[in-house]
Amino acid sequence: MPNIRDLVDYVENNDWAFTQGHRLCPGCNAPMVANWATLAAKSLGYEPVVGVATGCLEVSTTIFPYTSWNVPYIHNAFENVAATISGAEAAYRSLKNRKKIDNDKIKFIAIGGDGGTYDIGLQSLSGAIERGHDFVYILYDNEGYMNTGNQRSGSTPPGADSTTEPIGKASSGKLQLKKSIVDIVAGHEGVYAATAVTSEPWDFMRKMQQALEFRGPAFIAVLAPCVRFWRIPDDSGVEVTKLAVETKYWPLWEYNMGVYKVTKKPKTFKPVKEYITKLGRYNKLMKRPDANEILEELQNYVNAKWDRLLALEELTKDKPLRTKI
Amino acid sequence: MSNLKGWKEIPIGGVIDKPATSRLYKTGEWRVSRPVIDREVCINCMQCWLYCPDMSIEGSIEGKRMKLGEFKMEYCKGCGVCAAVCPVNAIVMKPESEFIDE
Repeated sequence: MPNIRDLVDYVENNDWAFTQGHRLCPGCNAPMVANWATLAAKSLGYEPVVGVATGCLEVSTTIFPYTSWNVPYIHNAFENVAATISGAEAAYRSLKNRKKIDNDKIKFIAIGGDGGTYDIGLQSLSGAIERGHDFVYILYDNEGYMNTGNQRSGSTPPGADSTTEPIGKASSGKLQLKKSIVDIVAGHEGVYAATAVTSEPWDFMRKMQQALEFRGPAFIAVLAPCVRFWRIPDDSGVEVTKLAVETKYWPLWEYNMGVYKVTKKPKTFKPVKEYITKLGRYNKLMKRPDANEILEELQNYVNAKWDRLLALEELTKDKPLRTKI
Repeated sequence: MSNLKGWKEIPIGGVIDKPATSRLYKTGEWRVSRPVIDREVCINCMQCWLYCPDMSIEGSIEGKRMKLGEFKMEYCKGCGVCAAVCPVNAIVMKPESEFIDE
């Protein structure tokens, strides 16, 4: 696992892989994810090739004639970053087989937001994983279509305010629960899948290393707040994700070929209400008479989810489901 | 607008053929408050360096120790993440109006 010294040393002697001058909002957590992912790969001696799905990260880092990427980069469309990167990976494998390229340090990284992963890009992601391409997919999950102004996505949690499901007299915002995307990816079985947060960079780096070394598809879902539409102060994204882990809202766990492992087990937990009330996007919900009901439902859900994770960890310990992709 | 290239001069597919060109765009102009660091308190843990969403903090290795470098104001958007993650509170955010003479 790279440590802080390795990273500082790498940047001092080389350069950032993801550079200054991008136009993401002040305090956005997406550039942290992009920076850490590429930097971890670079400092481990890999040569990352990056593909990004349409979303905040893509539109803000590649405004012609400017690009913030210091690594080979490709963007195609909203729904097909996994297909695009699997094509690049297949081409690389073919060139290597024909001895036209002699470099086994090249790694393929796809980055998508929650719109490009949970909803629009789900079919291409599922296909790429099923075909067993050797790539790492990183999801920065800001729980909505924030680039176009806070429309609801499959990742938006219940009770959150969005422009397509606003909270008012008639409705309490989004009614459905958030999809459990890592379980969907883990359902492909021959895969490494994990969750991470921006408040735990070293947990993320370790998972990133494991994903890069995994010979097959790997997936990391990172909770990365959108300070603008979560209605939180610019500097509090990291603090909020820390709370998300402490309230079981976003447990840190990984799945490796059938074996579940919870990577962070806080000794004490806070009620999920503490996390919810921290975010301005729930302000209108808290004024509704049914706020407590929705909170209780969410609390029961995260409790059940956590117990299920612990049970799965116990059940699958040293019992991999598959030995090859 | 007159200095923009016509369609015949733009690479096919809008491909950007040089890496890291966004450094020509100075995002520091957006800033309304700036980080001020107290070097006496700073323990050079590099947390702010790691977290900075704009990569605008420099760092180096001097001998065996890590050393926090300058804050590059040409890119700093003044979000305050560095001050929020600092474990010893060595960074404070000050309004840009205090630096109007610079």
